[in-house]
Amino acid sequence: MSYMDKTTGIPEQGITPPIPDTGEMPDREWRKDDKTLTNAELTLEEQDWFCDARPTPAKPAWGPVEKFYNWARANSLWILAFGTGCGAIELRPLVTARYDISRLGMQPRPTPRQASVFMIGGYVSIKTLKRIVRSYEQMQGPKFVVAVCSCAINGGMYWDSYNTVKRIDQYIPVDVYVTGCMPRPEAVMAGFSKLKELILAGKAEGQNLYAEKFDWYKANQKQVIKDWNMPDYNW
Amino acid sequence: MSLVTKLIWTFISLGIVTIWGLTLTGIVAKIFARVQGRLGPPVWQPFIDIIKNNAKRTAVSHGIMFYLGPVFRIAGGIGTYMFIPAIYGSLYFSNFSVSGDVFLVMYFIFFGQLGMALGAGEGGHPYSAIGVARGLAQMTAFEVPFALSVISLAVQYHTLNITEIVAAQQGGILSWTLFTNPLAVIAAMIAMLGMNMYNPFSVVIAPQETPIGPPTEYSASFLGMLATNRGIFNAAKMVLFMNLYFGGATNLVEMIVKTFCIYFFSVFIGVAFPRFKTEDAIRFFLKVPTLVGILAIAVFLI
Repeated sequence: MSYMDKTTGIPEQGITPPIPDTGEMPDREWRKDDKTLTNAELTLEEQDWFCDARPTPAKPAWGPVEKFYNWARANSLWILAFGTGCGAIELRPLVTARYDISRLGMQPRPTPRQASVFMIGGYVSIKTLKRIVRSYEQMQGPKFVVAVCSCAINGGMYWDSYNTVKRIDQYIPVDVYVTGCMPRPEAVMAGFSKLKELILAGKAEGQNLYAEKFDWYKANQKQVIKDWNMPDYNW
Repeated sequence: MSLVTKLIWTFISLGIVTIWGLTLTGIVAKIFARVQGRLGPPVWQPFIDIIKNNAKRTAVSHGIMFYLGPVFRIAGGIGTYMFIPAIYGSLYFSNFSVSGDVFLVMYFIFFGQLGMALGAGEGGHPYSAIGVARGLAQMTAFEVPFALSVISLAVQYHTLNITEIVAAQQGGILSWTLFTNPLAVIAAMIAMLGMNMYNPFSVVIAPQETPIGPPTEYSASFLGMLATNRGIFNAAKMVLFMNLYFGGATNLVEMIVKTFCIYFFSVFIGVAFPRFKTEDAIRFFLKVPTLVGILAIAVFLI
């Protein structure tokens, strides 16, 4: 199946395109029931090791409390940097003396468990997507995603590659895209300020979006990741 | 004073010390940043981080011991503080110092780390195990000069009660242990460098290298608890050092100024030196500081 580029009419090449987001999902083999996943790709022994619960949308706290929490979240963004492509190099100037994001309460964290912002720096190959999904699902909510560079937005120069995904938000929810090839550190910081605005306005609910549209995201992920030797939901 | 009133005052003092400990962490982060030519995070950043961590909507637990790890850690922090007189001679800020001596406090310093080791172990992450191994090895090493220094104090003052040790140092700056027993202070201050885990002894919690140490698997409110404990524990250790070696404090302002100055010693070393590997750190503690500690005891025995 090929699908057309809307502007040029040229059939697009590359990886299997994602499923249209119609809101309805037929039953999938990884769904045991509404709350449980099968983890069918794992061996029986491995199935014992991992949890089989689906993610559920988390309720925000009571109005003013949630606003206060959002203020804290916006002023304490801990970054999990995923250097998938050349955009990762932009994180170095950000943490050093010239731009110094620590003055905005941001700092890089080495483990997904403790991070709240997932920064994807560049093109995403299928092999990398698998790790991105794993890391994203291990982050504790509310979690936010910032995708940096053109390649993360439309595939960039890899748009017809056989192993690079085009738009990351068809696989995990993305809050802010930063355009450019490559974006300057100022652009990345502008992206983070935009993210802060979204958090303060209570609009950065990627975690809940992922839980609500879990079937669609999972179907898209499974469509491109062929060697799925991990649990259906990693946490 | 009834036990209930005493308990209430102890918790008030614990609150003050927590806020001071966290502010101290913020100030130190700022100082580090300025030395590196950056602006650095605001002084109140540790508070925002704790609020944010506690406001997380999900948290992963790996079992009962994993859950109890941070609880033991914070119990170690609070326990350390509970048995130290924060302000000498104050009716309200002497905590439960009459109920325990310096050996109990030393036990509490170790206790939290052991509890954390069990908890982090249950997380199953290899980096946690590496962090725990490094942490316990380093801790065992710096306990040697610290314990020798405390024994030296016991020989000098013929008591292990912290309030009595502070009482013996009253009457001017020259009565402080710093001047009456400088060798013990040198050994203890070097041990403190390891205790505070700034450079050159920061490999245990080295955040941006391979692991972050024992808390690798801890997230959300678990991490918030560990961060709160860091504030309490830092302040408690500084109050202990102030009492043992720097004449204690007779009012709150004196306590804050003295603890800041003591803490600044490890910051001063921290910004200037690179990191030791764990085995090098152990070798370091077991050589010169240990000899200085032994000498500090020998001086009083001879």
